[in-house]
Amino acid sequence: MSEATSGRLDVRKTYKLFIGGAFPRSESGRSYPVHGKNGDLLAYAAKASRKDLRDSVKAARGAFGGWSGATAYNRGQVLYRVAEMMEGRAAQFAAEVAEAEGLRPARASALVSAAIDRWVWYAGWSDKVAQVAGGANPVAGPYFNFSVPEPTGVVATVAPQDSSLLGLVSVLAPVILTGNTAVVIASELRPLPSVVLAEVLATSDIPAGVVNILTGSTAELAPIAAGHMDVNAVDLTGAPAADRAALERAAAGNLKRVLANHDGEQWTDPPTTRRLMATLEIKTVWHPAGI
Amino acid sequence: MGSGKSGKKAAGAGVVDTVSPSWEYAPAPESRDIVTIAPEYGLFISGEFRPPAAGGTFATLDPSTGAKLTTVAEAGPADIDQAVAAARTAYENVWGPMPGSERAKYLYRIARVLQERSREFAVLESLDNGKPIKESRDVDIPLAAAHFFYYAGWADKLDYAGFGPAPRPIGVAAQVIPWNFPLLMAAWKLAPALAAGNTCVLKPAETTPLTALLLAAVCQQVGLPPGVVNVLTGAGETGAALVTHPDVDKIAFTGSTEVGKQIAVSAAGTPKKLTLELGGKAANIVFDDAPVEQAIEGIVNGIFFNQGHVCCAGSRLLVQESVADAVVDRLKRRLATLRLGDPLDKNTDIGAINSRQQLDKITELTAAGDAEGAERWSPPCRLPEKGFWFPPTVFTGVSQSHRIAREEIFGPVLSVLTFRTPEEAVAKANNTPYGLSAGIWTDKGSRILWMAQRMRAGVVWANTYNRFDPASPFGGYQESGYGREGGRHGLAAYLHV
Repeated sequence: MSEATSGRLDVRKTYKLFIGGAFPRSESGRSYPVHGKNGDLLAYAAKASRKDLRDSVKAARGAFGGWSGATAYNRGQVLYRVAEMMEGRAAQFAAEVAEAEGLRPARASALVSAAIDRWVWYAGWSDKVAQVAGGANPVAGPYFNFSVPEPTGVVATVAPQDSSLLGLVSVLAPVILTGNTAVVIASELRPLPSVVLAEVLATSDIPAGVVNILTGSTAELAPIAAGHMDVNAVDLTGAPAADRAALERAAAGNLKRVLANHDGEQWTDPPTTRRLMATLEIKTVWHPAGI
Repeated sequence: MGSGKSGKKAAGAGVVDTVSPSWEYAPAPESRDIVTIAPEYGLFISGEFRPPAAGGTFATLDPSTGAKLTTVAEAGPADIDQAVAAARTAYENVWGPMPGSERAKYLYRIARVLQERSREFAVLESLDNGKPIKESRDVDIPLAAAHFFYYAGWADKLDYAGFGPAPRPIGVAAQVIPWNFPLLMAAWKLAPALAAGNTCVLKPAETTPLTALLLAAVCQQVGLPPGVVNVLTGAGETGAALVTHPDVDKIAFTGSTEVGKQIAVSAAGTPKKLTLELGGKAANIVFDDAPVEQAIEGIVNGIFFNQGHVCCAGSRLLVQESVADAVVDRLKRRLATLRLGDPLDKNTDIGAINSRQQLDKITELTAAGDAEGAERWSPPCRLPEKGFWFPPTVFTGVSQSHRIAREEIFGPVLSVLTFRTPEEAVAKANNTPYGLSAGIWTDKGSRILWMAQRMRAGVVWANTYNRFDPASPFGGYQESGYGREGGRHGLAAYLHV
C-alpha cells in the first residue's frame, strides 16, 4: 500500500479470514508476510490453522440446507449481485491484482473485468442447468421418471496459485451457483485479492457460511481439507502436482468427488460447463402412473 | 412359509398358521437341460478362450446345493497383460476408428442374441447365483438385453449427447463387477463403454463367472472383433491387479464401499478415470396415509428381491409410529406366504444365499442385532439341508445406533425403525454415510415431492421400489460411489467430458 501523503496517514487494512460470514483472525494467532513481485512487503495475511479449516467446514455445512434449498432464481440473483458489488470496487480490485500479480494497471483491470463477467455468466446458469443436466427418462413401464441435478454438498477448493482473482472466481462461482457451499484455500503467495473478494461477498446477499475463504499455507491446509470426513468434494486445481496423489488418497477416505484443472485450462478463456457439472449429483425419481 | 419342494409340509412344520392360507404347490422346476456347462472354462482374451498362463483354476458352485458346477480359470498377471494388450490393440486399430453406426450394429446383435438365448442365460444365472428363476428370467436377462439395445442407439449419436461435438472415448476400460446381478452388471458396464468407443476387460465375480463367459461366447457368435471385449475370471487379487494395470485408462467398479475406497486409493495420482457404484443402506419410508397393500408389496420387493443381495435394497424400513404395528403385522403375514427353495422352481420367491462367505456375514450381523437388543422374527420356514440359505428376517425395536441399522447386510434382513414427523423421517433416512436410494410411500403428492427433494440419494422410488431401466440413471451420493450408470448420464463415464 502506498504511503500517506499530504499530511494524512492512511488507514491500512488488516487482511483476515472469512468464516461463517465473519472476519476473524486465525484462531492460532499466526500470520505471514505477503510480498509483491518486486519483493516489497504488501501486507501480512492471516495464516489459517486446522481449527480454522474445521470451523469453515462446519459453517459451510450449516449453510448448505438453506442455500441448496433456495430457488435457482434466487441464487442467480445473488450471484449477479456479487458482480454488481465487484463492479463498484473495480478500481480497488485492479490495484490489488496489479500488486499481487505484478501486472500493469491495464492488464489488471482487464482481469478484474473478466472476473466480474464470469460471475454474470455463471449467475445466468442457475435456473438453466437443471434442464441441461436433467430430464425425463422414457422407461419401459407405467412410470413417470425424471432426473434432476443436485449440489453434492460442501466443496473444498484449493484455488489457483497464479491467478489471484480471475482464477479464484472461475473455480468458486460454478461451485456455489448450484447450491453447494464452499471452503476456499486462497493462493498462498497472492492471497490479498481473495480477502477483498470476501469483503464483497459479505455485502452481496450471499448467506453467511456459503463461502468461506482461508489464507495460509496450501501444503498445510490442503491435506486437512482432502481428509475431512464432512467434505463432499475437493477441487485440487491449485495444489502442487507433486502433492496430487497424496491428496487424492486422502480424499478416498470418504469417497470425495475430486476435481482438477484440465490440461491447458486458461482462466482468460471463455468458461465451459465442465466445472459446473463436476459438483453435481444426479437424482432420479420414479413414480407409478395410473388411476 | 412354504417351500418349492415340500409345500404344505414345510409350512405346517410344528406351526399352525391360522391367518394365511397354506397353499400347496407342486414342484415346477425349469429344466436345466437347456444349458450345457463345460467341465472347465478358460479366459476370454482377444476373441478366443485360452487357458491361464500360470494354470490356476477354481471351482464355481451351485449355492442352492453347494455342489460344484464347473472349474474356471484364475487370471494372473501374465493373463491381465495379454488381455489389456488385446484391448489396447483393438481400441487403436479396430474399435476406436470404427464408425459409431457400425459399433451400434454389433451392440444390436448382442442384444438380439441375449433375447434369443434368454432362457439359457436365465437358467445358468440361477444355477450359478442362486436367485429364483422368475427373477433371472423376468428381470436380469431382459434388462441386460435392453441395456445393449439402449446403448446401441447412442453409438452413432454421441455428438448429440450434450458433451460437445465429437466426444472422445477414454480407451481401455477395466470393469470389475459383483455377484448379485452377474449378467446385468456386465451389461451395465459393457454396453455404454462399447457404445462410446472404448474396449473392455471385464472381471466377473469369483462366485458367479458363468454368464459372463457365456456372454463372451455370444461376442464370438456375433463376430465382435477380437480384443474389444475380454473376460478374465478370478477373485479379488485378479481384480486388484487389473485395475492397477498401468495401461488401463478407465476403471468401473461395482461392489462394496470398502473395496471401492481401496480402488480410489490405488488410482490416486494416476490419470485413470474412475466410476464407483458401491454399497447402500436405504430407507424405505412408509407414512400413515400410504396405500397399505402396495406398501407391503413394496417393502417385500425392496428387501427380499434377490435375497436382499441388492446394493439399493430397502434395508431400513422407516414406518410412521401411528401405523407401525399394523404395517409390521401385515408384513409378517405376507412374509409367511413367500416360498423359499429351489432357485429353478418357477414358484420360488426366495432363492439361495450366493456363497458361504456371504451367509457367514449375514449370520454375524444378525447375531449383532440380537446382541444389541433388537427383536428378531422369521416366518415358519424349513431351510434346505444342503447349500447356503437364510430365512427372510425382520428386526423390530431397532435404533439408529444398531449395527443392523448402519451396516449393509446384503441379505434378506429388514430393520424396522419408526418416526413421527416428516422432518424426523428425513433426518433418519439421511443419517448414513451412504446415499444410493430411498423409498417413499404416501398418498399425498406434495409430500412425495417434498420428501424426494430432501433425500440425499441417487435414486428415489415413490410408491414403488427396485425398478430399473436402461434409460434411467442409477448411482449414489456420498460413500455409495460416484458416476451414474444408465441413460445419457451413463455415457459420461466412458467419454472425455
